[in-house]
Amino acid sequence: MSGSWILSSLLILPLIGCVCILALPTGNSEATRRNARWIALFATLITFVLSLAAWGRFDPAQPGFQLIEEHAWFSHGILYKLGVDGISMPFVLLTTFLMPIAIAASWGIEIRVKEYMIAFLALETLMIGVFVALDLVLFYLFFEGGLIPMFLIIGVWGHGNRVYAAFKFFLYTFAGSVLMLLAIMAMYWSTGTTDITVLLKTAFDPKIQTWLWLAFFASFAVKMPMWPVHTWLPDAHVEAPTAGSVILAAVLLKMGGYGFIRFSLPMFPDASLYFTPLVYALSVIAIIYTSLVALAQDNMKKLIAYSSVAHMGFVTMGIFALNAQGVQGAVYLMISHGLVSGALFLCVGVLYDRMHSLEIASYGGLVQRMPLYAVAFMLFTMANVGLPGTSGFVGEFLTLIGAFQSNTWVAFFATTGVILSAAYALFLYRRVVFGVIEKAGLKTILDLNPREIAMLLPLGLLVLYYGVHPQPILDASSASIDALLRGVAQAVSATRTAGL
Amino acid sequence: MHETALSLPVVLPEAVLALGTLLLVLYGALRGERAFHLVTEVSVALLGIVFLIVVWKSRPMGITFYGSFADDPFTRFMSGLAVIGSLVTLLLSLEFMRREQIAGFEFPVLILLATLGMLMLISAKDFIALYLGLELMSLALYVIAAYRRHDLRATEAGLKYFVLGALSSGMLLYGASLIYGYSGSVAFSDIAAAVHDHRSIGVLFGLVFVLAGLAFKISAVPFHMWTPDVYEGAPTPVTTFFASAPKIAAMAVLVRVAYSAFPGIAVDWRQIIAFVSIASMGLGAFAAIGQKNIKRLMAYSSIGHMGFALVGLAAGSVEGVQAVIVYMSIYVVMTLGTFAGILMMQRDGKAVESIDDLSGLARTDPTMAFYLAAMMFSLAGVPPLAGFFAKFYVFASAIQAGLYGLSIFGVLASAVGAYYYLRIVKVMYIDDPAVAFDRRGVVASGVLGLAAVLVIVFVFAPSLLTNAAMAAAQTLF
Repeated sequence: MSGSWILSSLLILPLIGCVCILALPTGNSEATRRNARWIALFATLITFVLSLAAWGRFDPAQPGFQLIEEHAWFSHGILYKLGVDGISMPFVLLTTFLMPIAIAASWGIEIRVKEYMIAFLALETLMIGVFVALDLVLFYLFFEGGLIPMFLIIGVWGHGNRVYAAFKFFLYTFAGSVLMLLAIMAMYWSTGTTDITVLLKTAFDPKIQTWLWLAFFASFAVKMPMWPVHTWLPDAHVEAPTAGSVILAAVLLKMGGYGFIRFSLPMFPDASLYFTPLVYALSVIAIIYTSLVALAQDNMKKLIAYSSVAHMGFVTMGIFALNAQGVQGAVYLMISHGLVSGALFLCVGVLYDRMHSLEIASYGGLVQRMPLYAVAFMLFTMANVGLPGTSGFVGEFLTLIGAFQSNTWVAFFATTGVILSAAYALFLYRRVVFGVIEKAGLKTILDLNPREIAMLLPLGLLVLYYGVHPQPILDASSASIDALLRGVAQAVSATRTAGL
Repeated sequence: MHETALSLPVVLPEAVLALGTLLLVLYGALRGERAFHLVTEVSVALLGIVFLIVVWKSRPMGITFYGSFADDPFTRFMSGLAVIGSLVTLLLSLEFMRREQIAGFEFPVLILLATLGMLMLISAKDFIALYLGLELMSLALYVIAAYRRHDLRATEAGLKYFVLGALSSGMLLYGASLIYGYSGSVAFSDIAAAVHDHRSIGVLFGLVFVLAGLAFKISAVPFHMWTPDVYEGAPTPVTTFFASAPKIAAMAVLVRVAYSAFPGIAVDWRQIIAFVSIASMGLGAFAAIGQKNIKRLMAYSSIGHMGFALVGLAAGSVEGVQAVIVYMSIYVVMTLGTFAGILMMQRDGKAVESIDDLSGLARTDPTMAFYLAAMMFSLAGVPPLAGFFAKFYVFASAIQAGLYGLSIFGVLASAVGAYYYLRIVKVMYIDDPAVAFDRRGVVASGVLGLAAVLVIVFVFAPSLLTNAAMAAAQTLF
């Protein structure tokens, strides 16, 4: 098949960057640090360009998997198989787009730069792998493998309480995922393969579906994260370095939602329907409760972290609305949240680089010294709130429409989250940016430098562009999502008929 | 398979090893202490030759000594693995023994004798041969455990191991005699023919005693008490040896006894194995958390790993045996690599064993820290490293056999266990650097590096190992 090398190249390119950095002389000399940064930046940029090429070859009108690659791996039914469809393609692009920005955000890292860049490049390979894997074991490998670099990124380059946060992150996610591994094995023995394209066509017995669904849910709910297993996220975010927070919020959190759409809905449709009330309840609690928690935070990163949990509540709600608006809205919201939360963490990072504090109380009146920064921060805050005209609005609106069709009360309660999010986001913005400068240290603070503008500008443009013109993402994913939902509806009605 | 009274090609590895060992004893006795180096080097070469003979494809397979000794793909795979364990141990011991001034020619000779015992054990087809092999191995191990005879901890370890080991041998022997009494034979094939579904209580008692005796050798709970003390007290190369080769031999014979002698009452022994497995995984996960000495930590870790390997045996299928073989292969690589790393932990010519001594290793010696971190993540079972696939195979076989409770307990235990492996990574990568270690020994760093590369690249060609393991497993069915 033509173009069948392209997804593998996406996986290999960052690793080539790793090897190049590894070949640099040891030690922490200025030259080594500079070379490591530039190699990492180039590797991620080339990966991004290549992912655009993959995007060019991708035909959004076709619902099935494309750009498929397949090689033997294990002897029986476990394959090295890659491919993308309308659901995974946007996530691949999101990942490759954000990586160069994350590397640019790490320019200020001075200790152990080589190891830092290697960890990030390895993480990129593993993240892309999650979205392009078409074999469950391969998927699991990428899904879990990402824990190693992220553990080190938080643990080595994080802030004060980093060890606790790194352990909590690792153990939560690891414990959640092992049950999914058992479910994967059970699916393997009942079908003889872990090829996702085959499993998507397999109808599992509804009784078994329940257990498999729960096992997958354990993993994705932690990764998402859903209330009440979200507590690792605020810790991980607060302690991680800026770029770590960006990637964590923008990409790693999306793996849970992607997993729900890719596996839970189409493979276990009956169980998904059965558990919808549970997911709705958890989503609504997440939206309202974590929004209130966010309102009470003194730490900027923690506030944004709780806001991420709330937004992910909209995503799970949309996914389990089980209609086109809901699922499309969920995908849209995930992409948008990837851009917005990434940008917000970058904004916080800008301040942290200058003042070395994440406390909201350390700031105030920044607009007088940093007008450009105030504009950028305003834009992303508004996008986080979901103001019409920004990408955040489209996603939230669609998920709410979807939920409204399926359960009015859920949509009603979730909508209060929109108001709450405006409250905590604007409250944050007012305390940090407005007012008069009182702290002595802030009197000499400098506005965005060219590197920071280069990081934030593409994000800002995309947030605005997708706010007024959502069609590209919706078009790309709609064929695949429609096919998916048709399959779910057929499976559910088939079970009902059989039950009657 | 061809059965003969005596066939030299079939017993060639054992014959060569026995003859070579005896010659080395003679030479050592004549030359005294000075012979250590030459004897060790020749022993390494001898083990290398034995390994080549073991895996030599055109050597005929068969059963000999009137049906008590089998050479089949299973024997060859496990023997090859055990010989590798012994060989690497000897290589690692060279430098250490000289530095600690306990270099005597007896050490390599005892390792060779223990290896000979293992080869006999792995090939055993009846309880007499099994017991002979087991005792030859064990007696050598008792002496090696107390090898540093002026050291209080080492003698305590040796004595403890001897007393408990003798007890377990006695239990095994008692069990074998019960089985003989109730089935009328000591040969596995005859026992299998005599013991079907109509279980006699005598055979069941015998089975329990035999399993207890073998569980002691692989340090499975509740027969694990000796492990932490012996691991900590014995000189590190000896610990390396204990953790690798004898475990493979004992696991191999456990698998063979279960499938060759008692296929008819699999329901019964699978229950016992499942219990032992759960207990070992649980203890390995929780007891290691508080350890400060890295050798003691590895003792609990190995108890846990034996529990994981036994999951495959509890599954009671050919896939399960394949999983056990895959697990033991990967386990031995990880263990040898990790202990090579522990051997490199020395300051001012003295070995240090505390986990805190690894502080900030990533800055004082980034290469060693990277390799050790790969070992730790692999031991924890994090993909894409080899340790993940080891666990994948055992749990896949358990799920196939419908052992859901065992599997869920096992994977959760592995998540708990991940904590203490991560703690070592944290000490190396996050804590402030301590004084750097002495210059690395060539052999130890080579072994660690090779092991790390193996666990990392395993993901690219897993079927090399899994297919060979499948071929070996099928001989038991």
